[in-house]
Amino acid sequence: MRNSRTRREFLRNSAALASTAMLPMPALAQTAPRVVVVGGGFGGATVARTLKALDPKIHVTLVESSATFTACPFSNAVLGGLRDLKAQQFGYDKVRAAGVNVVIGTAIGVNPTGKTVRLADVTLPYDRLVLSPGIDIRWDGLPGYDEAAAAKMPHAWRAGEQTTLLRNQLTAMEDGGLVVMSVPANPFRCPPGPYERASLIAHYLKTNKPKSKLLVLDAKDQFSKQRLFQNAWKELYPDHLEWVSLSTGGKVTAVDPAANTLTTEFGKHAAKVANVIPPQKAGNIAQLASVTNQTGWCPINPATFESTLVPGIHVVGDATIAAPMPKSGFVANSQGKVCALAITKLLGGSQAAAQPAFINTCYSLVAPNYGISVANVYRTAGNAMTEVKDSGGVSPLDAPADFRATEAVYAEAWFRTITSEVFG
Amino acid sequence: MKSTSGILACALVIGAGAVFAADAPPGAAACSGCHATNAAAETPVPKITGRSADETVKLMAEFRSGEKPSTVMGRIAKGFTDDEMKPIAAWLAAQK
Repeated sequence: MRNSRTRREFLRNSAALASTAMLPMPALAQTAPRVVVVGGGFGGATVARTLKALDPKIHVTLVESSATFTACPFSNAVLGGLRDLKAQQFGYDKVRAAGVNVVIGTAIGVNPTGKTVRLADVTLPYDRLVLSPGIDIRWDGLPGYDEAAAAKMPHAWRAGEQTTLLRNQLTAMEDGGLVVMSVPANPFRCPPGPYERASLIAHYLKTNKPKSKLLVLDAKDQFSKQRLFQNAWKELYPDHLEWVSLSTGGKVTAVDPAANTLTTEFGKHAAKVANVIPPQKAGNIAQLASVTNQTGWCPINPATFESTLVPGIHVVGDATIAAPMPKSGFVANSQGKVCALAITKLLGGSQAAAQPAFINTCYSLVAPNYGISVANVYRTAGNAMTEVKDSGGVSPLDAPADFRATEAVYAEAWFRTITSEVFG
Repeated sequence: MKSTSGILACALVIGAGAVFAADAPPGAAACSGCHATNAAAETPVPKITGRSADETVKLMAEFRSGEKPSTVMGRIAKGFTDDEMKPIAAWLAAQK
């Protein structure tokens, strides 16, 4: 209610201003609060647009290193040959049109005392800083796996060139070749992601390279939507997908890019195509800003997303420590809205909502007409994030085919909806 | 000139129907992750803004009890009591 009134007032004021166009600009412009957001993915772009929608006079700058955002959700469908990478890509024109100052560049330093963010050629002052840097690969996390190795054994865990590289390797592989995927221990971006990817690669092999097989080497015994995935694998891919758990020797301890081999405690696997999903940490600017702790991720106040380590800096999305919330695009969007609302309150000198609520819904495709989901509702309790008791859960185990087909349709609809909200 | 572009920018903001979370009660802002507020988004998922608050509260109770079948909505409805739903429903009703 209040919101639509505010918009009407804003329109009316704009119209009044237009008819007296010769009036000097109000002094307000100089004192408008400045918020800088670093990282233009689901979290950062949501914060920037929500801030602008809540209070158009806040000066919002979004710093993003790439002029085109490539979304991770649904990039597994690109690997499976079901989708073009272009369908994953979004520009920032509409974000600009919403009044956000979008700067294409890389943040290389933060001065929390002077409240500035440094880019190569400009320094941006802020009253509040928001970091939404996503993940970086922990290049020291798996022996043998460095940046050069990633050009040979792609991770494809940040969508874009790496996705194309892995897709090209899969299509170039001869029928009969072994694909090996390595999955890290928790926490990492998109908990069900490796298993959706395994499903869609298996689908590609089954339909295009039936003599080939995917071996999934996992550093865990349990994973997201596990029974749903495993039931579907048994039904759809009995000859094309084998999952090896931690306790049966799945943990990869080293890789050799020259030989294209992955070593576990139990032996060595030679791959025709190797997809190494390595250990991860918060995106680099989070470390430069000293908002990461010894885990490599960012502790936050779950009601405001302000760093518990550096005041005045907020962190949203995959970089945060917000378990039991997963690191997902939906969560980043949900957090981004709560963070933006908290920032407008803090800038106005009032208290942020004491107990915000969040929703997560993650869909995974197991096959083209076969979708499964997990959903949860979260609230804060003191400094902790908690799952609302008896809420949420995964799709039913015994659902009929039309239920799975509906969830596959909803999965794609979700992607269109959230990307149109954030980038459209 | 400046004012004209101000109006244009404002019209675009409204047209995009993007993220409006002003004073949204806890949980309300998250709905638009699936239920589009942007008319341009092509989706079979129903629009929930502008619907009467009483109807929204009733629907959520039916999703929660399972009386109304759903894929994911019942699981999310279980995260909100009727009393928590009321302000959310009122806020959604007031959105375009």
